[in-house]
Amino acid sequence: MSVTVDTTANAAATPDKAQPWKELGLKQDEYDRIKDILGRRPTSAELAMYSVMWSEHCSYKSSKIYLRQFGEKVTDEMKKNLMVGMGENAGVVDIGEGWAVTFKVESHNHPSYIEPFQGAATGVGGIVRDILTMGARPIAVMDQLRFGEVANEDTARVVHGVVDGISFYGNCLGLPNIGGETVFDKVYQGNPLVNALSVGALRHEDLVLAKASNPGDQVILFGARTGADGISGVSVLASETFDSTGPSRRPAVQVGDPFAEKVLIECCLELYAAGVVAGIQDLGGAGLSCATSELASNGNAGMRVQLQDVLKRDESLTPEEILMSESQERMMGIVPKKHLKEFIKIVEKWEVEYSVLGEVIDEPRLYINWGKEEIVNVPPRTVAHDGPVYERPVKKPTWIAALNADSAKSLPRATTSTELATQLVQIISSPNQASKSWVTDQYDRYVGGNTALAQPDDSGMVRVSEETGLGVAIATDANGRYGQLDPYAGAQLALAEAYRNVASSGAVPSAVTNCLNFGSPENPEVMWQFKQATAGLADGCLELGIPVTGGNVSFYNQTGDVAIHPTPVVGVLGVIDDVARRIPSGWQDEGHNIYLLGTTKDELDGSVWSGVLHDHLGGKPPVVDLKHEKALAELLHGASLQGLLASAHDLSEAGLAQAVAESSFRFGVGARIWLGELCERDGVDLTAALFSESTGRVLVSVGREDDVKFVGLCEARGIPVLRIGVTDGSGETAKLEIKDVADFNLAELKGEWKATLPELFG
Amino acid sequence: MKIGVVTFPGTLDDRDAARAVRIAGAEVVSLWHADANLHKVDAVVLPGGFSYGDYLRCGAIAAQAPVTQAIVEAAKGGLPVLGICNGFQVLVESHLLPGGLIRNEHRHFICRDQQLRVENVDTPWTNQFVQDEIISIPLKNGEGGYIASAEDLARIEGEGLVAFRYVGGNPNGSMADIAGLRNERGNVVGLMPHPEHAVEAGFGPDTDLAMRSGVDGLKFFTSVMKALVNA
Repeated sequence: MSVTVDTTANAAATPDKAQPWKELGLKQDEYDRIKDILGRRPTSAELAMYSVMWSEHCSYKSSKIYLRQFGEKVTDEMKKNLMVGMGENAGVVDIGEGWAVTFKVESHNHPSYIEPFQGAATGVGGIVRDILTMGARPIAVMDQLRFGEVANEDTARVVHGVVDGISFYGNCLGLPNIGGETVFDKVYQGNPLVNALSVGALRHEDLVLAKASNPGDQVILFGARTGADGISGVSVLASETFDSTGPSRRPAVQVGDPFAEKVLIECCLELYAAGVVAGIQDLGGAGLSCATSELASNGNAGMRVQLQDVLKRDESLTPEEILMSESQERMMGIVPKKHLKEFIKIVEKWEVEYSVLGEVIDEPRLYINWGKEEIVNVPPRTVAHDGPVYERPVKKPTWIAALNADSAKSLPRATTSTELATQLVQIISSPNQASKSWVTDQYDRYVGGNTALAQPDDSGMVRVSEETGLGVAIATDANGRYGQLDPYAGAQLALAEAYRNVASSGAVPSAVTNCLNFGSPENPEVMWQFKQATAGLADGCLELGIPVTGGNVSFYNQTGDVAIHPTPVVGVLGVIDDVARRIPSGWQDEGHNIYLLGTTKDELDGSVWSGVLHDHLGGKPPVVDLKHEKALAELLHGASLQGLLASAHDLSEAGLAQAVAESSFRFGVGARIWLGELCERDGVDLTAALFSESTGRVLVSVGREDDVKFVGLCEARGIPVLRIGVTDGSGETAKLEIKDVADFNLAELKGEWKATLPELFG
Repeated sequence: MKIGVVTFPGTLDDRDAARAVRIAGAEVVSLWHADANLHKVDAVVLPGGFSYGDYLRCGAIAAQAPVTQAIVEAAKGGLPVLGICNGFQVLVESHLLPGGLIRNEHRHFICRDQQLRVENVDTPWTNQFVQDEIISIPLKNGEGGYIASAEDLARIEGEGLVAFRYVGGNPNGSMADIAGLRNERGNVVGLMPHPEHAVEAGFGPDTDLAMRSGVDGLKFFTSVMKALVNA
């Protein structure tokens, strides 16, 4: 095969050669800037690197100016336990006893629409490798999934592909899947959201940062071989510079091999434990372009790399393709020369292939050669960190005033108890409210032996220390409908709900991650939504006093000109000193009193009630009161320390009706509920009492012997508390009796709730 | 008392199996797939996972590993061997147990708390159970459908080689509701569900008494301790 390589010398000699920068997604001023940086036109390899690293996905060029506030709106108190903040592969939080955890959520939306199985699978793989680069052992995963409406014939294709992909890949890694979200809405029809979260644990002293700073250290690529997968725009380059045919197939979506990833995880952990690596960077988006430039830039150093030494699956790959390939299950290690032998011994033990590509150099310059020819000669910082930053135009949508004015208050309400009962069944068995066990039963939640809580409880919880029981709880939430009505409030509502979920499990909310899913940043209205949502989240975190440790932005989630609802997925991590103290989300014993904490307002705008029964979206989302949320979380923590709570379930979508039903379903224990006093105290009708989505509310059950103590605790802390029922009955005859609504047979009601997803997709 | 826990590349539940062994009071010896030396262990656990990616066929490549060859030889001499999930598949592929395991009939991976009936307590891994005792331990597999020829099935039933049967619903289409088997001698037991995930209160299956309090799996490991003491 004859190959003409575009060398740096050639680039300097042919300044006016036309280059396909536009086809690679660069703008004229961006291309001009590259020429300014280099003092010549870029080689085609350099152009490949800059174009992919300066893409929205890698450079955060449209979001950067807004993401800064997560680092600015913080107090010293919030930073106290933050060992590594934003900007690294994942943030690291000190959880005490010498332990730290790192967690992050990332999107894999677009690949998952094109090829749901591989898109979702490699989404899990990518986030797990991010966690690994901090020196942590990954200990759990979660997934936040959003699909089109169930009635659309394409939805099943995406649902099956995504769930199978996560099941296939995640189950092979040996990481328990401890929860997540599954939402159906027509706004996600042509643009499903597949977000994946991973959490890892490490001892403080094992923290590693992925950087190359010591000259002479070896640069080693290890793991799977490099192939042509995940390469998109590079074909443009290939046609420019190559006169022979390249690989016949260039799939845009990466293909995953979970077995290779599992071996790579164990291999990396052994490399860390042996102390033979200065740092490890994963190869995800932008592959080698990203790994080399980021490692060098992070270490304020440079690198010399021989690209021909990359082990390839396909020998016909061009240098540009090798630089841009997103082949999975690859890592780049920075290895001091004196440890090279030991490094090789460990990777060979795991039968992981490796090749030494070059070494770290003193000069902050990245040199990449193809054989004897120099094809890249750039300052790594300009590639990795000093990409373009845009302040894109923002414009408040003109339609939002009309949308906010269209309140659900005008919708007809049930007038009889029979009607209310029918609505309750309709709502809890609607696809978004129904049991998600059809999905979660396809994931391994047991592996590792440390899972203390998983779906269907409010949070996932894993033990970190087997000696003391120290653990972490994680919950994620987002409500795109609220986001559409008011993106600022929508982000805060997601934050408040995840925070409340974690607190309901008995843990202390401690840190936040996020995955911000939005439409095109080139649309000023979307940019306004993004601006509002990030401000809402940053302000909310400041008020709650918990820091954002990292996150991910996914733009361009739209079909044609129609953007998805703003969907800021917020993940809250909580710390619990002993997972034995965890609180389940359903009542376990009969004869306990049921209390509702917080007050109920008539808040049905954007609710499940308005969506499921009336196909309506309008008005203003529920009011958020973060001061109250904080006080509520502190109460729950105090009460759980004293062992007063037999169960706790947060109220969110579909309000009290959903919470009461799920609390009964959890262990098959029935209840008698009366809402008269609630309606009277809060001035609401039965529809609002059952289905309002007012925030700051938690349903708890308390043993009779702890009654006085518990109510006293609530009153002392100024948290509204009202006894609304008792737990009663179990087994086949158990009932959920809601006074003035209906006596439901619990098993039958649970049957309806469980049947929906299997009937649709089973 | 030393119990070996095997790690193949792709094994997932080795740390869980090791924990179960420790909780039962034995010493854990890690056995590596490429090393045929069994380090004088008194019993062996082949844990779950996806050995060698389960490429070719579940457990097929692992059956050829040096450590497995050594285990097969030792098992023929009476060494107690427990194969869990992928470990069961390895035992079947090694012909220590009859039949085969195929894709679940509903084509999905399934993870759930599973009830089993203990059909045979005459093995070093089940002697602490009562005959026909109903136990609950987690099940999680994609290829757990047990199959055997009519001839083999008749022999299995005739010789009382069924160690565990699914009750309360067959989760994967296994023939005759078979969840686990023993060999003729009784020293080799394999099953799809995971006893090592039901050994510690707080992290096991739900029970009527409390959430995640199920520890029925622990008896597998205390059984082998008992058997080894009596041996």
